[in-house]
Amino acid sequence: MNKKEPFVRMTKRAHISRSKTVAIYLISAVLSLIVCALVIVALTHQNPIEVYAGIIDGAIGTDRRLWITIRETMVLLLIAVGLTPAFQMRFWNIGAEGQVLMGGMATAALMIYCGDTLPAWLLLIAMFAASILAGMIWGLIPAYFKSKYNTNETLFTLMMNYVAMQIVTFAIVYWENPAGSNTVGIINRATKAGWFPEIGGNAYTLNVIIVLAMTVGMFIYQRYSKQGYEIAVVGESQNTARYAGINVKRVIIRTMAISGAICGLAGALIVGGASHTISTSTADGRGFTAIIVAWMAKFNPFVMIIISAFLVFMQQGAVQIATQFGLNENASDIITGIILFFLIGSTFFINYKLEFRKKSKEVA
Amino acid sequence: MKRYLGILVALVMTVSMLAGCGSSSESDSTSAKSETGESGAAVSASDIKIGVIYIGDENEGYSESHMTGIDTMAENLGISEDQIIEKTNIPEDESCYDAAVDLADQGCDIVFATSFGHEDYLIQAAEEFPDVQFCHATGYQAASSGLDNFHNYFDNIYEARYVSGVVAGMKLQSMIEEGTITAEQAKVGYVGAYPYAEVISGFTSFYLGVKSIVSEATMEVRYTNSWADSSLEAETATALISDGCVLISQHADTTGAPTACQSAGVPCVGYNVDMTSVAPDCALTSPTNNWGVYYTETVQAVLDGQAIDVDWAKGFADDAVRLTDLGSACAEGTQDAVDKAIAAISDGSLHVFDTTTFTVDGKSLEDQIAAGGDYEKYADYVSDGYYHESELASAPSFDIIIDGITAVE
Repeated sequence: MNKKEPFVRMTKRAHISRSKTVAIYLISAVLSLIVCALVIVALTHQNPIEVYAGIIDGAIGTDRRLWITIRETMVLLLIAVGLTPAFQMRFWNIGAEGQVLMGGMATAALMIYCGDTLPAWLLLIAMFAASILAGMIWGLIPAYFKSKYNTNETLFTLMMNYVAMQIVTFAIVYWENPAGSNTVGIINRATKAGWFPEIGGNAYTLNVIIVLAMTVGMFIYQRYSKQGYEIAVVGESQNTARYAGINVKRVIIRTMAISGAICGLAGALIVGGASHTISTSTADGRGFTAIIVAWMAKFNPFVMIIISAFLVFMQQGAVQIATQFGLNENASDIITGIILFFLIGSTFFINYKLEFRKKSKEVA
Repeated sequence: MKRYLGILVALVMTVSMLAGCGSSSESDSTSAKSETGESGAAVSASDIKIGVIYIGDENEGYSESHMTGIDTMAENLGISEDQIIEKTNIPEDESCYDAAVDLADQGCDIVFATSFGHEDYLIQAAEEFPDVQFCHATGYQAASSGLDNFHNYFDNIYEARYVSGVVAGMKLQSMIEEGTITAEQAKVGYVGAYPYAEVISGFTSFYLGVKSIVSEATMEVRYTNSWADSSLEAETATALISDGCVLISQHADTTGAPTACQSAGVPCVGYNVDMTSVAPDCALTSPTNNWGVYYTETVQAVLDGQAIDVDWAKGFADDAVRLTDLGSACAEGTQDAVDKAIAAISDGSLHVFDTTTFTVDGKSLEDQIAAGGDYEKYADYVSDGYYHESELASAPSFDIIIDGITAVE
């Protein structure tokens, strides 16, 4: 009696060629679009091609829409870039939301209190410095407790989000306009003090410059600096790092300071460069979405550009299909979910290969 | 990887260039159209484009009532569905500005936004598009903004709240007569959203309606600090009931409070929608907004090439506010009392904020104003024996806590 061979077996791939990787991603993207189309037809009886066209139109259909998509992409990308060193160190920084909020609040405070006194360039620099500092402090607190008392950073950073939210709620009591409305409204609408200046006729040029510079900077820091290497080693194994003479505590604190600082800067980008207001929803969940971006990109800052652009693209398209087809925004969440499922699922086929039972063998 | 990135960038650039071309031709036609509008010529009903920005969608009472208003307007004026662009779930941040300018880009002649926090962003858009009309519900800055294309609107919902207070008062009266409660126990609970003028004006008018029937009645107000939070509203209603309130009313957008009242067996007055579906045994009535009146009037003005009111506020006399059908829990004779109150408000013989019906810190409002201090700023609003709510500006302004009301912040 032959022992029956299983119909399908998975084996870990030792190596996969780049072209094969790309092919797998492409096939999964195409498959996900087909599945989405089926879901759209089944649920809404709309022509899926038209819905896709609506999404594209909503995201990049006019100059203005394109720039909004770019603006939102930059914010998400910057937060993802900020999270990267922490996650690479296997420090689960769930607190980007709070770090962004604190950065945004510091920016708003400067715009409100110093908007009339400081010259524009000095105010901008002060806003950047304050937001970076605020985010850094918010990142350092859990890092300090982690390195000193080995507290659980996941819970700690998560809880710090709620503290940040309450602080913002508290600040709004003083800043609200009109009194009792619980909203701050547009800060310095008349003077535009502290608003990012237009460069080349576009209000969001500065956002793009800052974020792309940070992205390239992070790539270089990761790959070519000693500190970047230390982060990678600590992430792989703290014992190895210690054996190699790396001061793990110092690396944790330093890395979280950087991570928090970049997230804080994202707060300045949102408040000074886009919304010109502050509320508890200023971060709007992007601190969590950015985690997906960082992980899916396997911490490569350039791949993050593509992934954050894709997510924002779908989100902006959602508004359009909600208007055009009367579909709820959830429709686009479903589509995004299906596409993410396929893309994440495809990494399985990159890491493993399936071997089917060979027919000839069975006969023999 | 670099190669693919290059291709991607190239693709994006091509698409954006195409998009750029498309949008520029679109905006050209927009400006051409608005220029003809400027010269006084009317826009025809088949050409007009209308944009609307909602804070929620059809699942939320407040936005739903505006949507119904827009539909009524379209029906009245024979405007087809594809001339109306509706953006739902737009939060009170830069997304509102994005939405407003996007609507203007698409060639809308008039843009409505419905939530209080949208106002600043709508003004920002109005500054950028002087040829497009922007109208904002519940806001207060139109007159002071100095823009002739930015307008505020609201309705005299305080009139409907007053009459819903009459309904509640009739119920309390019957409970006192039946011996369920004594007159001293006639305490009403009110679930309010935020402690500012729109809400305070609302609960004061409701309380004055109750008091017009049961003069001993008192009221306790608690805030949720949110417009729509179902579980929080239910919790707040429950807290009010356990604090001795025998009837609950609300200025918040969900069915949370009526649901809690139904399980506690306490009569309640809702808001925006008929609450009998969630509280069949307890819901008395709900004051509602009939926004169709405003939308029809305003779009008609655009069609005729006429100016839009800077501040618009109308009430029962123009059918701009209503009461839902009385629930089965209402006391006998309520319908008569309601009809009488509505008739008196409509013909101007009854003023909701009649200063003889309430006191502030033991004195009449007139005396307080004469005494100066904090109350001096109300001098312009009070004359002929009543507070002129929503007359100087459409947004409610009455934010005084009168005697008999305890507000817990």
